[in-house]
Amino acid sequence: MSNNFIDFVFKFFTNLRDNNISLVYDGEINHNVIRAFTDLTNNELELKEEPNHIKKKVFNVMVESLQNISKHAECIDYDNQKYGRGILLISESDTSYNVTTGNVIKSDSIKRISENIDIINSKNKEELRELFKTRLSTGRLSEKGGAGLGFIDIAKKSGNKLEYHFEKISEAYYFFILNSQIAKKSNYGKN
Amino acid sequence: MEKINIKETDTTPIVVLDKENGIFKFEGKTLPENVSVFYQPIIDWFTEYIKDPNPETVIDLKLEYINTASSKALFSLFLKLEEIAKKGLDIKIKWYYADDDEDMKDVGEEYEDVIKIPFEHIEFEAED
Repeated sequence: MSNNFIDFVFKFFTNLRDNNISLVYDGEINHNVIRAFTDLTNNELELKEEPNHIKKKVFNVMVESLQNISKHAECIDYDNQKYGRGILLISESDTSYNVTTGNVIKSDSIKRISENIDIINSKNKEELRELFKTRLSTGRLSEKGGAGLGFIDIAKKSGNKLEYHFEKISEAYYFFILNSQIAKKSNYGKN
Repeated sequence: MEKINIKETDTTPIVVLDKENGIFKFEGKTLPENVSVFYQPIIDWFTEYIKDPNPETVIDLKLEYINTASSKALFSLFLKLEEIAKKGLDIKIKWYYADDDEDMKDVGEEYEDVIKIPFEHIEFEAED
């Protein structure tokens, strides 16, 4: 191993520790990956004695975020890949658990995604339920099995606004970062 | 009619559809890898059932987790079941939720708002 590489690995480790990041992944997001990571995270929350409803919320947000990537992420460097690729970070602060995902999208998707999230973020709990019902009863399952309900569900279950950012990769592609916070037991209902 | 008896996995629920004994039951988590592959046979079964339904149909739904793609599939299934109500026959959905799971309670109420089938909401004590 070169010194540079050792240095990188150690810094990577301390960075994760300092930021309370319990899980990092970069790669294909398929059904088995989603099952494994939700299981792993569920076990950790169990050790922290989080109640069922918090565990379920984190599970929920992870599933919807990851299924979004699985179905919609673009693959720049990988041809003929069945599932989307992306990154996943699970971290915690004093008050919340954070589910952060990142994936490549086409530039022309930015408008649609940001408009959709902005609409969702402008709504209160009751309005979100109405929006969910409307899309449930009028929307159709897309070819890829998406129902246009994922972001609404994340907002409903997390009880928080969705944070997002687009970082430019090239004219054609951007990196889409989505961050969802789920309040911890002790802070539940305070936001 | 042939019975459907699907065993539970960690991403799909128990499904029992038994016309003869009047059992129509879904229980567990629903986040299948491919929603259509899982739900199409169930919807097809009800398409047959609706041609000659029982005088009374009670659907028991005790779901612990529903991903959004499944919630869409369940909506399609409920639309199908509305046809039984339209025939003037008794149909009811029993929606079970754990007493510590307000989100699942909400989902039941949301379905009731968009589906023309009577719902009964039943709270049960969560196991720990």
